[in-house]
Amino acid sequence: MSPVRAATNDALLEIEDLRLHFPIKAGLLKKTVAHVKAVDGVSFSVYPGETVGLVGESGSGKTTIGRCIVRLYKPTTGSIGFRTAQGVVDIAQLDKRALQPIRRDIQMLFQDPNSSLNARMRVGDIIAEPLEIHAIGTRDERRSRVEDLLEQVGLGAEMYNRFPHQLSGGQRQRVGVARALSIEPRLVICDEPVSALDVSVQAQVLNLLSDLQGELGLTYVFIAHDLSVVEYISDRVMVMYLGKLMETAPTKRIFERPTHPYTEALLNSIPKRVRGGHRKRFVLTGDIPSPVNPPSGCVFHTRCQYVKDICRTETPALRPLPDDPETSVACHLAEEVALEPYYTAEERRDLESDRA
Amino acid sequence: MNKPGGAGERRFKRFGLRKKNIESGIQDEYQLLTVRQLMIRKFLRNRMALLSFIALVIIYFVTLFAGFFAPYTARTSDSKLTYSPPMAIRLRDPESGRFHLPFFYPLRGQRNMETFQLEYVEQLDQRVPIAFFVKGDPYKVLGVIESDIHLFGSSNPDERLHIMGSDVRGRDLFSRIIYGGQVSLSVGIFGVLITIAVGSVIGTLSGYFGGVVDDVVQRLIETIRSFPQLPLWMALAAAIPPQWPPEWVYAGIVIVLAFINWTGLSREVRGLVLSLKERDFVYAAEASGASTARIVRKHLLPNMASHIIVTATLAVPVTILGESALSFLGIGVRPPMVSWGLLLNDAIKIQNIVLYPWTLFPGIFIVVAVIAYNFLGDGLRDMVDPFSR
Ligand SMILES: Nc1ncnc2c1ncn2[C@@H]1O[C@H](COP(=O)(O)OP(=O)(O)OP(=O)(O)O)[C@@H](O)[C@H]1O
Ligand SMILES: [Mg+2]
Repeated sequence: MSPVRAATNDALLEIEDLRLHFPIKAGLLKKTVAHVKAVDGVSFSVYPGETVGLVGESGSGKTTIGRCIVRLYKPTTGSIGFRTAQGVVDIAQLDKRALQPIRRDIQMLFQDPNSSLNARMRVGDIIAEPLEIHAIGTRDERRSRVEDLLEQVGLGAEMYNRFPHQLSGGQRQRVGVARALSIEPRLVICDEPVSALDVSVQAQVLNLLSDLQGELGLTYVFIAHDLSVVEYISDRVMVMYLGKLMETAPTKRIFERPTHPYTEALLNSIPKRVRGGHRKRFVLTGDIPSPVNPPSGCVFHTRCQYVKDICRTETPALRPLPDDPETSVACHLAEEVALEPYYTAEERRDLESDRA
Repeated sequence: MNKPGGAGERRFKRFGLRKKNIESGIQDEYQLLTVRQLMIRKFLRNRMALLSFIALVIIYFVTLFAGFFAPYTARTSDSKLTYSPPMAIRLRDPESGRFHLPFFYPLRGQRNMETFQLEYVEQLDQRVPIAFFVKGDPYKVLGVIESDIHLFGSSNPDERLHIMGSDVRGRDLFSRIIYGGQVSLSVGIFGVLITIAVGSVIGTLSGYFGGVVDDVVQRLIETIRSFPQLPLWMALAAAIPPQWPPEWVYAGIVIVLAFINWTGLSREVRGLVLSLKERDFVYAAEASGASTARIVRKHLLPNMASHIIVTATLAVPVTILGESALSFLGIGVRPPMVSWGLLLNDAIKIQNIVLYPWTLFPGIFIVVAVIAYNFLGDGLRDMVDPFSR
């Protein structure tokens, strides 16, 4: 599944220094008193056909990035380059009219299928809505397309006239998937699509997503707050903290050789399944600081167990590692401290042979 | 979807895929019903609301066909029977003890030489049968078809029947109440239609777009609502020019009453829009490129409709009371129109209440209509959230 990457300009999506600062207004005159720096200078690329995991604690700005890409939010600054047949366009700058054709290419899958489906619409109408908006096909053609989609997501055409409340949580999320795919997008932003689901249903929906990716050649940005969910579905993982990227690396490397202390901390919060039992682990304590007044220097320094003086004053840039250009990290100490992996290469081999 | 035991299944084994068949769908009866069926079901469970609904349907039906149900027109007067008390409808002759078809004894006025009041005594020797589908005053059904058939009335055109008494000019109070209902009850409906139209449009706009428009609208609403309701109505009603024809005055009163009510609905709608527009299904529609008009039409309105209907239903009795109050005080609809408030105006003097207590009958109708609407509104409120069980 690993994408073939000839050069950077192959990217389907290229985000450059994206920032979104929500103004906080107060008082009678609604004066802006401060800003929530939800996304604060994020750059990354997404290549066709791959799945990029975006991981971080609650409030780190994952959803905000997703919503900027589908332009539910207009970024404060930065560019979102999207490759179309006519060349690369900057989504961040487009107006409503110019966005319309782009909206066919990028869709979003939402976290909570209870709130992402209109309770007053029938399943068939929900799925057909994007087709209707873009005036694709006749009424009959849309209907048969929706029936095909229902089959494709494993629901069956007889669901067409149901209302969302008549479905189970997993079925509702399948309807959400069908809606997102109805206009054949190229890029799908999956915003924690399984977090609200029953554990037993999560795997089914993840399987569905990965099967559809193969069939339809989709590209996913897969948001999750837990590394364990993205482990299997992502080719690469981006770890986010307080509006900034801390580390981006191939999934395998994240688990075997985490480079950022925050990544290590996230890995430690996953219950261990590897033989060998428990090791002494560092666990994140305290809350994520407020994005209104993020800490100086490295934003993670307030909770980092390896913190040094330089971390408090100087902001580390996200830089590729000399020995592994596929991996980038924003940490002054990346070369100095040895971090504990989730599992060693050996354990991973064991695990894989277990599964097989 | 996946071949059993295929690669996909294995990859996600750790999520604990069990055989439990949650995905097979429909689990209980609740899931079998559509949203509308669920709502109707909830409404039918509230007995008082159902009863009130039936009562209101009957009252509206009767006032709509007032000409047929009222034994006289609202203006037929009789100088021999001024302020006649309600006449009893009898089945049994008290002297002989024999039963008859419904009948009444006509009244004759006699001056009491001590109090100089006109007193009415029943003429026990003249039994006048009550006739059904009887010919009487001509009227037009729904203002078009001419007719002179009334549901019931005196079989002798010279002996008039006033089951709820008569007024100072000998006009039948029961007939006037039925005709008055046309005005009182329709003021409620029309007032609320304006309220819905203005309130939901302004509420939706100010909730959806926010910004300066929202600020201005909210301040305006706060200003209007900071006045006590009745005095504001009175001031506005008093501004209606006295030379206007009665129909215009009627329209003016409807607008005056809606002037305050729309603010309440508009606030409610604004709140709903504010919460709905943050819901993911609205974001999903926006992300697909839906126009604002489409979002309002397909996503906001259908999800607000039931709330709007409840608020509107509860605004009807307020409007009815408002019209009654204004007309009672003489600044509402004007004669020759009749309304319940205007009829109550006869009871404005304490002396009249003592001497002619039946002039309070219109008040009973106001109370019944207001209570019925409130029960109905309560029942609809339960219905609004059909998913709570
Ligand atoms: N519309 C908004 N207005 C103001 N602040 C916002 C808005 N949306 C998000 N925020 C703030 O921006 C920050 C990032 O929020 P975001 O929803 O992107 O986080 P997240 O990583 O998706 O978290 P979660 O895992 O809880 O979904 C939070 O502090 C949040 O309070
Ligand atoms: Mg989120």
